[in-house]
Formats: sequence, C-alpha cells, structure tokens
Amino acid sequence: MRRMLPLAAPEASAGAPDAGWWRGRGQSVLQHAVAVFALCLAIAVLLTVLERGRGFGVKLVYSTCIGLACWALIDGPRLALAWWRQHRGRPVPRHGLAAKAELALLAALAAFVGPMAGLALGDALTGVRSPVAWDFGAPATQLTFTLAVIGTLAATAAGVLLERAASARAEAEAARRLASETQLKLLRSQLEPHMLFNTLANLRVLIGVDAAQAQAMLDRLIGFLRTTLAASQAQEHTLAREFAWIGDYLALMAVRMGPRLAVQLELPDALADRPVPPLLLQPLVENAIHHGLEPQAAPGRVEVRARREGDRLVLTVRDTGRGLPARPARDGGGFGLAQVRERLRALHGERASLVLQAAPDAEGGALATITLPA
Amino acid sequence: MPRALIAEDEPLLAAGLAAELARQWPELQIVASVGDGATALERTLALAPELVFLDIRMPELSGLEVAAALAEDWPADRPFPLLVFVTAYDQHALAAFERQAVDYLVKPVEPARLAACVARCRRVLAEHGAPALQAVLDQLRGLAAEGSPAASAAPAAERLEVIQAQVGAVVHLVPVEQVLYFEAADKYLRVVTAEREHLIRMSLRELLPLLDPKVFWQVHRGTVVQARAIREARREESGKVTLTLAGRPEKLTASRLYAHRFRGM
Repeated sequence: MRRMLPLAAPEASAGAPDAGWWRGRGQSVLQHAVAVFALCLAIAVLLTVLERGRGFGVKLVYSTCIGLACWALIDGPRLALAWWRQHRGRPVPRHGLAAKAELALLAALAAFVGPMAGLALGDALTGVRSPVAWDFGAPATQLTFTLAVIGTLAATAAGVLLERAASARAEAEAARRLASETQLKLLRSQLEPHMLFNTLANLRVLIGVDAAQAQAMLDRLIGFLRTTLAASQAQEHTLAREFAWIGDYLALMAVRMGPRLAVQLELPDALADRPVPPLLLQPLVENAIHHGLEPQAAPGRVEVRARREGDRLVLTVRDTGRGLPARPARDGGGFGLAQVRERLRALHGERASLVLQAAPDAEGGALATITLPA
Repeated sequence: MPRALIAEDEPLLAAGLAAELARQWPELQIVASVGDGATALERTLALAPELVFLDIRMPELSGLEVAAALAEDWPADRPFPLLVFVTAYDQHALAAFERQAVDYLVKPVEPARLAACVARCRRVLAEHGAPALQAVLDQLRGLAAEGSPAASAAPAAERLEVIQAQVGAVVHLVPVEQVLYFEAADKYLRVVTAEREHLIRMSLRELLPLLDPKVFWQVHRGTVVQARAIREARREESGKVTLTLAGRPEKLTASRLYAHRFRGM
C-alpha cells in the first residue's frame, strides 16, 4: 500500500453559504413543515373524533397554527444559527452535549411559547376570541398545552433521528468516494504514462522485428502490471515478489534503453520469503533510472541487492549514473524518497532507515540503502 | 533527395521510425540516427539535413534544447531544417505544440499519423525549400514562453542571495547582485563579477529558476546576464546582438532567440 490517506469526515466547509447550502437547508425545512402539518392534521382529527365530529375546520386551523408556531420556534432559530456559523466559518455541532443542549433549549422554548403564539394566530384567522387561551386552570388549556408539548417533543425527536440517518448516509458516501479516489491516484502514479507509452511503442516495433522477443517483453509487462495492481491493495508481499517486480521493470527498461542499461539483482534464498511493504523499493529503482542513467548518454548499471547483517535486513539500490550533486534536490511529484521514509517510519519507527549517498567507488553514481529489522 | 536525421535515445524506436519512413517516403535518406541531444546538435550542424526528428526526452540535451541551440547557432546562409518533435506522452507539450503550429508525432508512431506528417513535410519542402528561420524563432520563443521561466521562477523568498563557490578548503560567498553574468562551461557554471570569476557545480537550468527574471536575463542558451551590467547592445547583420558590459572587457553575444529583448522603448 503506497499511502493510506486518513478518511476525513465530510463537515460543512467554511465560507459564505452558497446556493447549494440554501438548497440543502430549504429541502430539510420543507420536509419538516410537511411532517409538522401532518401531525397537526392528526391531532385535529383526534380532537374532532373526541368531540363527536364537531368543529373539524376550526380545530384544524388552531392545531396547524399551534403546530407551525412550535415548529417555527425550533427550526427558525436553528436555521439562523446555522447560517451565522457557516458565514463565520465556525463548525456546526453535530453530535454531543452541545448539540443536544441547544436542541433541548429550543424545544422547551417552543413548547411553551408556541401554543400561546399559535392560539393568538388561530384567533386572528378565525375571528374567534379563545376564552381558554391564557387560563391555565381550564382543562381545555391544559389539554392544548399538553398536546403541544407532546407533539413538539415527538416531532423534534423524529426530526433528530431522521437528520442523523441522512448525515450518516452522506458521510459513508463521501468516505467511499475518497477511498476510490485515493486508489485511482495511487494507480495513476504507478502506471506513469510516459513509461507505459514508451514501453508499448517499443513492444510494437519488436512485434514486427522479433516476435519471440516481443512475447517475452509482453510477459514482463503483464507481470509488472499484475504486481503493480496487487500492490495497491495489499499491505505486504514477499521479497521474492518485490525482486520479481524489479526484474520485470528493469527488463522493460533494458529493452527501451538497449545497451545503455545493465542489470544485476541479488536475493539470497534465505530472504526470499521475508515480507516487505509492496513496492517499497520502487521509488529508489525509478530514481536510479530517471535521475541516474536516463540523463546520461554513456551506458550504466543498476544493482539491487538484499542481504542480512546480524539482526538487520539491508536492501541496496545502486546505479552508475549521474552523481548526486547533479540530481534534483527535491523529489518531483510526491511519491518518492519521502514516501519511502514515511512507510518505514510507520512500520518500524526509528529502527528502519533510508540513506542516499554517492556511490563508494570510482564508477560513480548513487547508492540508496534501506535498513530494516530482520 | 531530401535528407533526415533521427534523434531518439531508445534504439528500437529509432529503428522503427526509420523503417516506417522507408516504407512511406522511400526517397528520404536517413543520414544519421543519434541517441542523445548533444550529438544531435553537433551532427545536425555538421550534416545540415532538410528534416530532423527530435525526441523530446533525450540524455544531455532535450529535443527542445537542441531546437533552440540549432536556431541560435545556425549559419544564416543555409536553409534551416524542418523540425518534427516526437514525444510519448506530455499533455502540456502537445497543447503547446498545437498552439505554436509546431509539427510533432506521438509515440507509438501510428502509420496513418506518420503519413500525414510526411505529406506535410513534403509540401513544405516542395513549396518553400525550408522553413523561414524567423518563423522557427517565433515558434521556439512561443514554446519557451509556454514553459515560461517567469512562471517557473521561484517566489522572491526562495531566490538566491549568495552564490557559494568552493575552491579547495575555501568557500567564496558572492552576493548575487555582484555577479555580472553566468556562463555555462561543460558541467560547471562560470560566475563572473567585476573583479574575478568563480566556478560552481550547477547547470544553468537549475540556477535560472532561483534568479529574479527581471534582473537576470537569459541572452543565450548558455549565458545569463544581469541586465543592469549591460552598457550597450549593438545589433549585428547576422541577427545577433553584441553586449558590452560595464566593468569587464569581454563582450557577450545575445543569440537570435533572445535578441528581441534588446529593442528601444
């Protein structure tokens, strides 16, 4: 696995609320309104049945007014708070004590003030002066308030549950998308287009010139691709597979570079089954070619060796190409030496290391050494 | 009989291109097939072919660098060769080639695409005999501007303030504003001030992004001058411009590719 990006929770991004934000909020507000109305309808029907079918219209008006008033006193402030937070770039409390306290406060406010406001509105609409509105002793008033409180609490609870379900779905979807984007980026960086098209171009010529060699090259390419794809999904593979991949890659490069590239691989049998992170050596081998041998016209050599030194495993990649001062100081494009170091650190902490230095003999070039606990 | 040079570092691809050209343009004579940019430049100047196929990615000098060098050093009395760039995959380059109307081929070279290219080349050679040097210079300047040094120059915070030149156990620290010009010399760079000169192990390509492009002007593929140090720029008949510096006796030459910077306001 080249790199595990942390899965970020999709939170509202800071910034001025845009059309999308309003659309999302608008949708949820509408849904709430419809649900509240349905509840009010149900209450009105219930009351009408209790009073033997009289005064449904009036009951509906009052029920709706009270219901909508309660709801407006909850969703209105919530919407305003959300807009203000989004505007200021403050995070929206989703779960936890803060969110629950906020909602509880608003619900209490709504349950108390709502019925009064609703009744007043109902009076205004029907022209009736409700005698029971402010008289808490009267059973009718008590009934009204009780229904309002129960209704508000029920609606609030239902609303919270629905919202949570929806946001959980959205988070799962975003996480899925991020994971597949990461995988794609991984594959794209491995299957570098220049490499691929140059290899295919050589293969095309070879088919016309030497069919047997072309088949051998194609087999190498197939092996290379298989291991590359598998590596993006596995946590580790054996050194034997790692060296097989390196062999395939360098064989393809050897066809392309012709006599300019000589390859030496050394893996003792005893170390063949030792697990390593997949394609750990890939950036080093790639650098040896791209920065070491490709820029120089003279022929050169790449040597990849594994050996055991006491309780350590030592992996080296050496090239006889351009010396270090001539190489770019920084890795181009991300997945390079820094990434190798990161992987080693993640697995072995301080016990593993990567050292890049000038090659120690007269042939020149560079030597990269990875040391791991054996 | 038109003659061509192929510059391609992967031997199979060079052979493949030559074979396909032989099929589609039998009269074309491949006078040389070289594997790196430096040899391509040298051979093209020596053999003066009518057509040059330049792989973009080559050791020593890239295809674009070879083209710029050819434009700079080409003797004015000879017809300039037709250049066709060859690349495996480079979105930016292809877009730039399209914009500058530069001929190019993509690898693997498809026979149909090569046929179209061959037809174009034959037409140009029949009608004009050769591309106009001025047109080529404009195209190359256009390409260079696309990968503009100003765009790829480091932000002010990362620019070099001091050049460190080592001689044995001593390291000379030369403030960059004292440098009159930099000149490429093999694998080194000459750093020339009014009093003396130093050598540093860096290529001009690596150094250029670290300099302020408003202060340091590239006047030749191997020379970068501090504009303030130029006292006089004299236009020659060859199209090149001779620069006289304040504080140094030697004169520098701005090549055709960069001569356009030295114009009156």
